[in-house]
Amino acid sequence: MASDTLTGSTRTDAEISGLDALETAGRQRGPSRVRRAWSALWPKLAALALAIAFWQVVVWTGWKDPWALPGPATVFADLGHYLVSSALWDGLATTGRRAAVGFAAAVAVGLVLGLAVARVAVLRAALGSMITALQTMPSIAWFPLAILLFQLSEQAIFFVVVLGAAPSVANGVIHGVDYVPPLLVRAGRNLGARGLHLYRYVIAPAALPAIVAGLKQGWAFAWRSLMAGELLVVIATRTSIGAQLTYARELNEAPRLMAIMIVILVVGLLVDAAFGAADKAIRRRWGVLDQAGN
Amino acid sequence: MTSTTTTPRSATGSVALRGVTKVYGQGEHAVLALDGVSLDVAPGEFVCLVGASGCGKSTLLNLVAGLDRASGGRIELGEGVNPGLMFQEPALFPWLTVEANVEVPLKLRGLPRAERRAKVADLLRTVHLAEFGRKRPHELSGGMRQRVALARTLALDTPVLLMDEPFGALDAMTRDILHDELERIWSERRLSVLFVTHNVREAARLADRIILLSSRPGRIIWSTRVDVPRPRRIDSPEIATIAAEVTDRLRTEVGRHGQ
Repeated sequence: MASDTLTGSTRTDAEISGLDALETAGRQRGPSRVRRAWSALWPKLAALALAIAFWQVVVWTGWKDPWALPGPATVFADLGHYLVSSALWDGLATTGRRAAVGFAAAVAVGLVLGLAVARVAVLRAALGSMITALQTMPSIAWFPLAILLFQLSEQAIFFVVVLGAAPSVANGVIHGVDYVPPLLVRAGRNLGARGLHLYRYVIAPAALPAIVAGLKQGWAFAWRSLMAGELLVVIATRTSIGAQLTYARELNEAPRLMAIMIVILVVGLLVDAAFGAADKAIRRRWGVLDQAGN
Repeated sequence: MTSTTTTPRSATGSVALRGVTKVYGQGEHAVLALDGVSLDVAPGEFVCLVGASGCGKSTLLNLVAGLDRASGGRIELGEGVNPGLMFQEPALFPWLTVEANVEVPLKLRGLPRAERRAKVADLLRTVHLAEFGRKRPHELSGGMRQRVALARTLALDTPVLLMDEPFGALDAMTRDILHDELERIWSERRLSVLFVTHNVREAARLADRIILLSSRPGRIIWSTRVDVPRPRRIDSPEIATIAAEVTDRLRTEVGRHGQ
């Protein structure tokens, strides 16, 4: 071989950079960000338009009286007034504060509980299936007990929101820790990560995708529990979104009722989208996004 | 940091195993994985362990790395030596960039930020990946990932390297190049290497000494020196001759389990 006349190191240097260039070539980026956003957005907009059209058709058939089922135009006109009213923003402030405090408490409880169950065999045997059982319990079924314990109060709502969301968060943590690849743990230990360092450098980041999935599910439960609570536990001095929904029904204000429902839906969707974005960012960093960028 | 190589190390790089035994399970179901293995790796020596399936090669490396505890016997390492361990998979942390992966052992050793940066850059140059520091592991090829893993292990600044079939999953060309790379780094840094493989040619290409292990239980049954001058080529006749001899011994050993 002629290349033997070269010194060993020059030869391999050239070979290595050549091989690296060949192996990393052809991994260019996909379509532009705007294009991808649009291709994700337009089916959603089309579906929304179809749903509104269906609603309008049902109204035109005269299936229900207009005072019970108003059409989209009436409802969106009312939504416009509602959006600039202080009732909405005061209500959102009350509801948002309850959601934030309740969800934060549920996350704290869920993280501690999940970590304890994942690490301690006795706790896992004792609580593992109970956490899943709690998750299947419809949160509205807790309210009679919560009202007995705390009367019609903030605490009753808080109690149910935490009970609704914490099991999902805990299950996310348990799954995350269970499925940390053992090879990464061995590598981490060999690199000098023991005890708490092993959690900080290996187990916590490796479990992060499952934990975020648990948080997302926990949020969905918290939001549902909160809405159920606000419908049942109406505190006269605090006009939360849920309380306004109850008033709207009592006063037969159908357009306002549906406008509030749209607000509830949008808030839930926005927070869900935030969790979805976090999840996607994590998967992109890990390189586990599929070809379509999902 | 100005120097590109660490200072030569002397006796700290030695590894000594004395009658090391490993039993998995208890009572009737106990399996003897390693049976009285004694071996020495001299400072700066490259030793390849070769054996068929079930010879406890990986068990042995885990014991030396301190990831598992021996059932009997003693393992002696130099004062304060933590051997670095490499696996068949690169085992990189997918949530970190290449740079950050290499930085992990430096952070765990508590080095200040500026020193860490300089060391990471130095190590990435050593494995020819200086321009790839900002990439994530999934953006690299298999051979490049394994080089990142090598840089990360070297960041431990340890004189002893344990390698568990590190090139087993790579294509032949990439593997040949990595042999050259490993040989260069080994001789520059005066490392002691204990390298496990089932690829006999690879062992002959790299080793100062080849040790053959029996299967179930793992025992040392034969060893030989490889006195071929370096740099070597895996396709040279001298290497082929040695590989043929090791293969014959290995086949005899495997055949013993056929009755």
